[in-house]
Amino acid sequence: MRIPCPHCGERDVSEFRYGGDATKQRPKHGEGNLKTWHDYYFLFDNPKGAHTEYWQHVLGCRQWFKLKRNTATNEIGEAS
Amino acid sequence: MFKPYSALALAQHALSPERPWPRAWRSPEPKSSYDAIIIGGGGHGLATAYYLAKNHGLRNVAVLERAYIGSGNVGRNTTLIRSNYVIDGNTQFFEHSMKLWEGLSHDLNFNCMVSHRGQVVLAVNPVQLDTFARRGNIMRLNGIDAELLDRGQVMTLLPYLDYSKEARWPIWGGILQERAGTVRHDAVAWGYARAADTLGVDIIENCEVTAFVMDEGNAIGVETSRGKILGGKIGIAVAGHSSHVAKMAGLRLPIESHILQAFVTEPVKPMVHHVVSWGAELFYLSQSDKGGMVFGGHIDGFNTYTQRGQFPRIQTVAECAVSLLPFMSKLRLLRHWGGIMDMTPDGAPFICRTNIKNLYFNGGWCYQGFKATPASGWTFAHTIAHDEEHDLNRCYSLDRFEKGKELDDYGIGNWTYKQ
Repeated sequence: MRIPCPHCGERDVSEFRYGGDATKQRPKHGEGNLKTWHDYYFLFDNPKGAHTEYWQHVLGCRQWFKLKRNTATNEIGEAS
Repeated sequence: MFKPYSALALAQHALSPERPWPRAWRSPEPKSSYDAIIIGGGGHGLATAYYLAKNHGLRNVAVLERAYIGSGNVGRNTTLIRSNYVIDGNTQFFEHSMKLWEGLSHDLNFNCMVSHRGQVVLAVNPVQLDTFARRGNIMRLNGIDAELLDRGQVMTLLPYLDYSKEARWPIWGGILQERAGTVRHDAVAWGYARAADTLGVDIIENCEVTAFVMDEGNAIGVETSRGKILGGKIGIAVAGHSSHVAKMAGLRLPIESHILQAFVTEPVKPMVHHVVSWGAELFYLSQSDKGGMVFGGHIDGFNTYTQRGQFPRIQTVAECAVSLLPFMSKLRLLRHWGGIMDMTPDGAPFICRTNIKNLYFNGGWCYQGFKATPASGWTFAHTIAHDEEHDLNRCYSLDRFEKGKELDDYGIGNWTYKQ
């Protein structure tokens, strides 16, 4: 799998670190109860299909960015 | 219905080869309703149906399999069994599984080729050996066999490892569980399928669940590619695709689906007589009865439902293999493949009720689904039949993170595999 880093261009997946679902919204500080934070931290949509996720270009520019990828096919979409 | 397999039957079929062996299980049309429906015809689903019929007298049961029996993770794992867990809950559960493995071939009247060849986990520094001593003590206090080995004993048992001064990770010793070993994974699927079918369970292949039928918030059936089927109780046992199926019932799970790769080399003469696991990196290896070295390592590291592994992981695992067992550099890789794992925050599974009435969940097996198969089915059947968890799986609830009851067997906190 090759990932298009928005800063360095397309590189091999081995240069990157996966950072999880990028569509999750972190609750505001002090907001909600234990369940709010449990759901934020522990639960995942884990969809079979379109997924927007964080990656870090660890062995490159070390920037974090968002990537669209299809989890059913590993087809890579837009990076931003 | 079916004649039991026996030495006499084997001889009769050898003498009259024109008479084929009968099908091991029926291929029934789905009925309109069942007392219990198990979604997923993998090892865990089939075992659940078998123990529902055998232990709880529930025989009007259907197992719905999207593809064919043996097509999923039950046929894609590396066939290891062991019960060397540290955390209370895991320790007893996996030992129960080991006890069921010990009698499984007789119980199912199917040769599962259970081989108690022993597993050695290697320590690569003195601190690790100390933690193994602790692990061994915990195992022994629970009545599980464990033996601590020093470097000399490991050299006698496993003479083919790299003991040279140049070894990147020097071997300090290890821990041996003699009852650990391997089981023929396909035979486990076929054996449970045949035994469940003999007790009256309908195994329905090529039947994909597409939706749940709900009534006032309760699950009362499923829509499938072969029509609507109602069920008094419904169990989900589709690890790898748990989130996908649970979402149809409106559930969101503490699970991400990841790919784990496995590898087999060309066959060579018998040499590795144990399961060998390494303390330096997640790596393990055994030699199959056909002679191939079967080995694996870590997950690839990002969520995916594709069963295709990435090259960087192949390289890492091959580096582990050659570092620990120098002879591996001479062998060619025959096959490698990937299976999809439900990865959970603490690395432990779920076998439990859900917040939807009559809907039960079994999943989150991470790396350890195969060895758990008998106990998973045994306890899930209990949970479904009694609408309550058994003492052995009470710890595997979906709400354990809310309650601070993680089963952190690695001792390094949540999301072990992300660290």
